[in-house]
Amino acid sequence: MYRYDEFDRQFVAERVEEFRDQVARRLSGELTEDEFRPLRLMNGVYLQLHAYMLRIAIPYGTLNGRKLRRLAHIARRYDRGFGHFTTRQNLQFNWIRLEDVPDILAELAEVEMHAIQTSGNCIRNVSADHFAGAAADEVADPRVYAEILRQWSSLHPEFTFLPRKFKIAVVASPADRAAIQVHDIGLQVKRNEAGELGFAVWVGGGLGRTPMIGRKVRDFLPEAELLSYCEAILRVYNLHGRRDNKYKARLKILVHEAGVDEIARDIEAEYEAIRARGALAMPQEEIARIRAYFAPPAFAQLPARSSVFEAAKADSRSFALFAERNVAPHKVPGYGIVTISLKAIGAPPGDATAEQMELVADLAERYSFDEVRVSHEQNLVLPHVRLDDIPAVHAALAEANLATPNAGLVTDIIACPGLDYCALANARSIPVAQRIARRFADIERQKQIGDLKIKISGCINACGHHHVGHIGILGVDRKGEEFYQITLGGSGDETCSIGEIVGKGFSSEEVVDAVETIIETYLGLRQGPEETFLAVFRRVGEAPFREALYADA
Amino acid sequence: MALYRNGSFVTDDPWRILGADEPVPPAGPVALPKARFLAEREALVGRNAPLGVVIEAGEGLDGLEDDIHRLSLIVLTFPKYTDGRSYSTARILRERFSYRGELRATGNVLRDQLRFMVRCGFDALEIVHEGTIAALKEGRIKLVSLHYQPASRDEDIPPIAGGRPWRRSSAGLL
Ligand code: SF4
Repeated sequence: MYRYDEFDRQFVAERVEEFRDQVARRLSGELTEDEFRPLRLMNGVYLQLHAYMLRIAIPYGTLNGRKLRRLAHIARRYDRGFGHFTTRQNLQFNWIRLEDVPDILAELAEVEMHAIQTSGNCIRNVSADHFAGAAADEVADPRVYAEILRQWSSLHPEFTFLPRKFKIAVVASPADRAAIQVHDIGLQVKRNEAGELGFAVWVGGGLGRTPMIGRKVRDFLPEAELLSYCEAILRVYNLHGRRDNKYKARLKILVHEAGVDEIARDIEAEYEAIRARGALAMPQEEIARIRAYFAPPAFAQLPARSSVFEAAKADSRSFALFAERNVAPHKVPGYGIVTISLKAIGAPPGDATAEQMELVADLAERYSFDEVRVSHEQNLVLPHVRLDDIPAVHAALAEANLATPNAGLVTDIIACPGLDYCALANARSIPVAQRIARRFADIERQKQIGDLKIKISGCINACGHHHVGHIGILGVDRKGEEFYQITLGGSGDETCSIGEIVGKGFSSEEVVDAVETIIETYLGLRQGPEETFLAVFRRVGEAPFREALYADA
Repeated sequence: MALYRNGSFVTDDPWRILGADEPVPPAGPVALPKARFLAEREALVGRNAPLGVVIEAGEGLDGLEDDIHRLSLIVLTFPKYTDGRSYSTARILRERFSYRGELRATGNVLRDQLRFMVRCGFDALEIVHEGTIAALKEGRIKLVSLHYQPASRDEDIPPIAGGRPWRRSSAGLL
């Protein structure tokens, strides 16, 4: 994990003091709310329906026990005892007093955390594969580059007042677990034929009101050129992105309106000019220095098969289910990657209590080389657990209602905060997620249905990524009533696709039945249990689903 | 309105910033809107006094490329502080065109943006906001002084010990 040096520490400390000064000016009335707004947004402070919300950056979703414990402490001391993990691998506190924010930031700074650029029209917290460093299929640790990008983009003097927010995601494997193609910049670390590291680069992806899949502008960008190229993309966007309409201000619209060829030409020209100056070429020593922070932990040499693990599976049905769904293969024999579901049946997706955070912190320290990850699917991950230890981890998680064996199943739902918290919402998201989860609570039925991603957003801003849900649910307002529009066939992985709207919306009462109808239709259509929902949808299209949904209409 | 240049307020600004149709005085430094400058370029160049151009955010540098070296003042505007285009234009002027004349920010120039402007190459800030003027005079501006990325004024400040690339303190620049 990256560790702050004196410079990083002082940087964050100065930022806390800068914000303390801004809050003092707001509280004294020197700043109006209008003048204060962009300043607080630069630091992750939103004014929500009921209170201030503070969004804390978890760079590329990587935490350790100490950080997680501090988040638990903040939840208890300054909020209502819980926090909400987001689809950008961040954490939100929803019940914060503005006066407390400088102190909270100071407490975060002590554990090398901050809230810089978690909102505002700037380069947001960079996200990465939550299995980084553990996945068997990666060519390098993507967090090395995410950290390099984090430092470069921190309080960037040129790119702090962009037309709109700007999101970057990095993966380092052919399987895309970070939805890179729906980011402003998506990066896939790869090796060329000579074995050198570099990046495939996509630009102009994004969700929101106009969902777009990113366009590939580089198949192989040499490693040392990462920052020069990103600076070029950002400069083209900063100068030419639309500023007349905030709904048309994202990079995706510029790419769409000007055409990817023209934008790619502009980027390349800007890149050549930046490169000629040479200021941003990454020295190999610097890459190596950052890489050292992400060196693999001291894994033991273990047999690939663990008799303890196998015995526990044979012994306990609940452990066998957990092992099947929530344990992913690790690149080192004898280890597994454990997904901790924050989707217990009936619980708000992504919420964790202070006690749960502390338990996960303990488990990470004891069993996972002190590492925890936040996934963009709003779960937590213990990336490096010995198979021998997983039964004990499972038992401890089960005590805290954290062992729901539903990773990737129909009840592992992504939902934005929606109308329960968010001032922009049209409809509630969390209660819909809870009701769907209850309807499909039976784990055997979930397993029978298989891999299925449901994603729910409370409005067109799409924070719940509904466009890339296999089943997407979007809250809309119909004459003051909450309605839900359903999209089918979206996907945020390497086969990225945007879901298609299936027909007219459903009322809050109808929506869970509609989901069930879709799933029953799928079960009737599939050629076998291996054929997933997405595969069936891609084979047959939406017609059979539409017929089933609107048969009586 | 006050002009803050290279670390202090100045009262003797020699420049006249002309509108679209104010007559050009016979002598003394003048700055004109970009379109007018381009239209009256021949006459202006022959005038034998320092020349400046005002470039609105979004106007860009197209057409000015061959004249940048002869300009002594370039004014870039911030119609709203949320409009960040002039930051990019400033860096292009300093870094690509090696422009060494005065680079002045005008418009919505607010205290929380000052360091960003200076780092992008502005050496003169036209400030209207009374609170910002007072805070600058009294040395009450609290802004992060450390930075991770190269920008336009890095040659003016020494790197931080330890040899890490790009890390600087720009505390002295404001
Ligand atoms: S999708 Fe809409 S309702 Fe949900 S969190 Fe985002 S802005 Fe709020």
